[in-house]
Parts: sequence; C-alpha cells; structure tokens
Amino acid sequence: MKYLDEYRDPAKVKSLLREIESIVTRPWVIMEICGGQTHAFLHHGLDAMLPAQIELVHGPGCPVCVTPLEQIDRAISIASQSNVIFTSYGDMLRVPGSSKDLFSVRAQGGDVRVVYSPLEAVQIAESNPDKQVVFFGIGFETTAPANAMAVLQAKNKDIRNFSVLVSHVRVPPAMEAILSSKSNRVQAFLAAGHVCAVMGYHEYPPIAEKYHVPIVVTGFEPIDLLNGLLAAVRQLEAGRAAAENQYQRAVRFEGNGSAQRTIRRVFQSVDRKWRGIGVIPQSGWGLNSEFQDFDAEKRFAVDHIFTQESSLCIAGEILQGLKKPLQCAAFGKGCTPQTPLGAPMVSAEGACAAYYKYHRDVMYG
Amino acid sequence: MDKSDFEGYTCPVPIRPTDTVVLGHGSGGTLSRDLLNRLFLPELGKAAPRALDDSAVVTIDGQRFAITTDSHVVSPLFFPGGDIGRLAVCGTVNDLAMIGAQPVALTCGFVIEEGLSFDVLQRVVASMKEAAQEAGAYIAAGDTKVVQKGGADKLFINTSGVGKIAQGLNISGANAEEGDLVIVSGTIGDHGIAVLSAREDLGFETTLESDVAPLNHLVQAMIGAGEIHVLRDPTRGGLATSLVEIAEQSNVTIEINEPLLPFKPAVKAACEMLGFEPLHIANEGKLVAFVKESDAEKVLGVMKQTKYGADAAVIGRVIGTKKPQVRLKTAIGGTRLVDMLPGEMLPRIC
Repeated sequence: MKYLDEYRDPAKVKSLLREIESIVTRPWVIMEICGGQTHAFLHHGLDAMLPAQIELVHGPGCPVCVTPLEQIDRAISIASQSNVIFTSYGDMLRVPGSSKDLFSVRAQGGDVRVVYSPLEAVQIAESNPDKQVVFFGIGFETTAPANAMAVLQAKNKDIRNFSVLVSHVRVPPAMEAILSSKSNRVQAFLAAGHVCAVMGYHEYPPIAEKYHVPIVVTGFEPIDLLNGLLAAVRQLEAGRAAAENQYQRAVRFEGNGSAQRTIRRVFQSVDRKWRGIGVIPQSGWGLNSEFQDFDAEKRFAVDHIFTQESSLCIAGEILQGLKKPLQCAAFGKGCTPQTPLGAPMVSAEGACAAYYKYHRDVMYG
Repeated sequence: MDKSDFEGYTCPVPIRPTDTVVLGHGSGGTLSRDLLNRLFLPELGKAAPRALDDSAVVTIDGQRFAITTDSHVVSPLFFPGGDIGRLAVCGTVNDLAMIGAQPVALTCGFVIEEGLSFDVLQRVVASMKEAAQEAGAYIAAGDTKVVQKGGADKLFINTSGVGKIAQGLNISGANAEEGDLVIVSGTIGDHGIAVLSAREDLGFETTLESDVAPLNHLVQAMIGAGEIHVLRDPTRGGLATSLVEIAEQSNVTIEINEPLLPFKPAVKAACEMLGFEPLHIANEGKLVAFVKESDAEKVLGVMKQTKYGADAAVIGRVIGTKKPQVRLKTAIGGTRLVDMLPGEMLPRIC
C-alpha cells in the first residue's frame, strides 16, 4: 500500500539496523513517548531486532492509559443515568473504573455508544434533543483539535443537550515530569510524531537543553522508528542533546496553526491528574470560561468523585518507563486484556497490552 | 511488591464479566470461549467430544452425519455483497463443510420484530433460496416468531443443518500435523470491513463487498485433490482466532508469513486507519486448510480453478508440536505472537 510499504521495506530495515549497530558503542536507554510507537515496535517484531545496547522504555503516550481512575468513575456515573447517551472512542469502554467498566454499564441498559469522531456525538445530540448527550473527551494534543471543534460546533448551532467530559493531557509536561524524577533512566526521547503534527516541536529545544537529552520527533513505521533511533543514538554517542525532526513528511517546527488556534479557542491549560503518576501541574487542558456550559463534570455534578488506584497495578511505573510490563507480578496472571487491572493493559496502544499480545512467550517460555 | 506478595493476594479489583453477559461474549474470541468453557460445556458438552469443531458428528445406525447450528444477527440486514439471508444459509453450509460434510438439508428459525416490511422479508427469503440452491441443499423446515417492537432488532435468523460425511473422512481442528502447509482460500477480512463500512457509514471511496459464499463445492474439490487434515472458516474473531484454536486443539506451533497473507488493499487501508488487526476481521466465504505437505501443491492448484478459491495462497506451515502457539514472521523480518481477538473489536483513539 502506497505511503506504507515504502516505510516497511525489509532491505532498508536491515541497512538501518546495521548502521545503528555500527555507531553504538555503549548501552543507552531510549523512551518512545507514544503508545502507537510502542505497538509498532512490537507489532513488527522490531524491538527484538535492535542491537542489545539499546533498551527501549515505553512512555506515557497512551491516552487510555493515563486517564485517571476517577475520571472513568465519573464517566460511568454519568453513563449510568437514564436520559443520557454517553459517547466515547471505542477503547475507553473496556478501561476498568473502580467497580465496573462502560461495557457493563451498556450491558445493564445504559446507552453507551462508540463514535469514530466527536462530531458524530454532536450529530447524535442534534437528532436526540430530549436526551443529554455526553462525549468522553480524552487524549493528547492529537485528539484535542477535533474535540474542541465539536464543542465549537455545538455552541454555534446552539445545541444545549451536548456536553463533554474533558480529560485532555499534554506531552511536554509529562516529559519534564519524567526527566525531573530522581529515578529517571531515560537518556533520549523519540517524540510522538502525531502530537507534533498538531503542535510542532518548538516546545522541545528548551527541554533538550535544560535536561541535556536528545529529542527526536519520530513517525510510526519501521523505517521511521529506526531513523528516529539512529538520530537519537548519533546524538547520544556524540554527547549532543538537540531537538530534531525525523518525521518531516508530517511535522513542521511550528505545527498546524489552525488546529492550535481551535484548541486555544476552547481550552485552557489546567493541572491534570495522570493515572498512576499523580497530578502534573499545567499538564492538561480543560474548557475555558467561555465554554463552561459544555462541561459534563459540572452539568452532572460528578466533580466530587475521587478514587484511589489499585496498589497492585504498576501502571505508573510502566508509564514513566521505570519498569517493563514483564516485571509486573500481575502481568498475564491477574491482569490480562480480558481482565485488565490497569489501563496499559486495555488500549491497543497500552504497553502492557502490546507485551501481552506479542511477547507472552518470553514469560511462558 | 514482589511475586510472593501477589500470589498470596486475593484481588478484588479485576472486572471479570462473570455475572452478566456482555457483547464481547459474542465476539468469537477469548470471551466467547470463556463462556463456552465456564458454562455451556460443563453442562451440555459431555456428550459432544468434538464440540469445538465447526460441526458435530453424530452416528445413526453406523452412518455418520454432520450436524450444526448458527444464529445470525447482522446490522444492516443488507450490505454490499450480501444480506442476512445469504449469510444464514452460508454460515451453516460452511460449518458443515468444515468437517468435510456435504450439506443435505437446513432448517430456519425467524425471530421478527413487528413492523418489518414484507418486502424486506421477501428479499431475505429469496436470497436464502438462492444460496441454498447454490450449495445444493434444501430448506426442509422452518419456524417463525414475532416479538414486539424493541424485542429484537428487525430480524434474527437461526439455521441448522445436517450433512453427509464420506466414509473414512476425518477432518478436525485436532488433526494438524508437523509439516502441514497452511492455505487460505482467498483475501482476508472482506466481510467484516464491508459490513462495518455499511453500518458506520464510514464513507470509504471504494465499495468493498462481503465475501459471503457457500464453500462446500470448494471443499469437495480439495478433498478429491489431497489429504486435508484441518478445515475452518475464520468467521467472527478472524483468521487469528481460528489459527490459535487449531494450534490449541492440535497442540502444534503454527508459523505464518506476513508477506504471504492475501488482503484487498481497501481492507488493509481500513484496518490501518481504524487501528484494527486485520487478522481479527470476520470472513464469511473463506476457509483455512491444513494440508499434508506433499499434497499441498495439487490442492492449491485445484482450489485456484474454483470460483471461491481463485485467490488461494499458502501462508505458512506447522513448524512444531507440544507448544500451542501461532507465530507471525513480519514483513520486515521480525517475529511476533498472534493472539485471539480478546473481546469486542474496538477502534483505536488516534
């Protein structure tokens, strides 16, 4: 398939692997930020083909994984109410709240619907004026523009039965949280290509400089990932620490201006809790004062719901790259994709789900 | 927390859908199998040692018959390439064919939501007749129930079927042997993506058609050409789920080769866009066969001569025994495990 096959060319993969092997002289710990990249590494079996000196650790870039437990409980509380149509991206439905998930809400009669775009949720609201339609607006900078657009559209069309349960998070504050942690092991980042397609990478040079860490904006295909690693290893071996762009076919330094304007029009920067990590200051977006009427937390009075997380699940350590899924005692036993303890086991992009899917044989022999 | 802590811990946290049925129990994947193992087989499975094949074998007065049943719920009722009527007939015909049986007679049970138009029902029934004729079977009995509005979604159809099994023929998911070649009869995932695209109105520019078709004639041609050990039609749960089932039933390691897997470009593109694993997408007119290595070339040649096997391809082989596992050699030269569909198929966020 055009635009994919050329980035999965086996001969190019081999030659890039050889090139990385030829320049690497010592062990390096490199974090791929985005869950999509984690899955691509494992889906193509690429992680096992890398030189032994390169240790990949998997970053917090899975929107399903980092959405805090209490936000799931709030979603479940809203979705369980009669007269509500609760809409969500598909993979949020299986994330466990503290007592159930959205699938069970649906099985018990709740009207929970999978949508492919938040604009669909606005249409549902328009055609069901006697119902309250709520969209679960989660995700990183990638989903934020469309979610903002949905709110704008609802406002422009004066659709008052539409609201959004917002739990947006941003990548750069999470990178800084990881880098400033005392136990940090990460020596270089592959930055998330899709996030940078929206936001650009102008936020990264100061981070690269402050923490002396190479940051390479990287795509999602095998050739992209290897080019990203090659660039990161080159910098590490040379003692350099700069922000650079491997994903030039999709990412510009300044990003997508119109998407950023849409985000700024609707959202403002807020403190946000991350599942397993805790509150990171100014790490997310919430609706700004002009759009408070669309805030589902207020409309349904669920902002008092707070929940403790399972002590068994080490999601936080996994999302910060401190541990690998195979180091978790619950992995593959108490915690499987059918019975996830933590969000990284749920989403197609979650590190634990990726390991379960592609690497179970490592633990079972 | 170390390992011993965990093993002593009775964990209240996991949400196993044990007290209620959720949609994922009908997905054909791991949750479906859980339901079978936990509830149906212990109660009902004792008399059915081959309950995990697509059809059961019953012996009456020394003569072996294949018997199976299948219920069909699909939305929309009409989709590109087929409809619920054709699906209901082909589903049962193919389940019979997957143990090598020739379908003889089918029954059909209709559950109809009041308000369904006669025109719709007429078109569905005509389509059933056509599919049964194509398969060379006839519909011998039927039943109709009407439920009030909201009691069902327009129309559900159950079909059951009986078929004849030739003397000495033994095809089962438990019969895969080391060295067997794995053949699929054509492109993978067409049905699932065609129905999804029609249901969700995804607006793809190309119209992809479902592959729904009766495979019994193809199967008979294959049986005539060589030694077939296993046949399965990878419906719900897709090729991956079928292969994992076979690996477990036969206790073998299967290796498939990504570049050899036949896909229509539109199916591949849709999966890339929506974040679906193409090996988990349903098929309704495809089969996967495990064939004795020395016969594989001849079987493949015969398949390619048939209407529903024209795109048949060898995709892998059984590489070992004792370790029930499906491995995929990726296009770039890596290796990974292939897993069953866990529950409901979920599109990815971004």
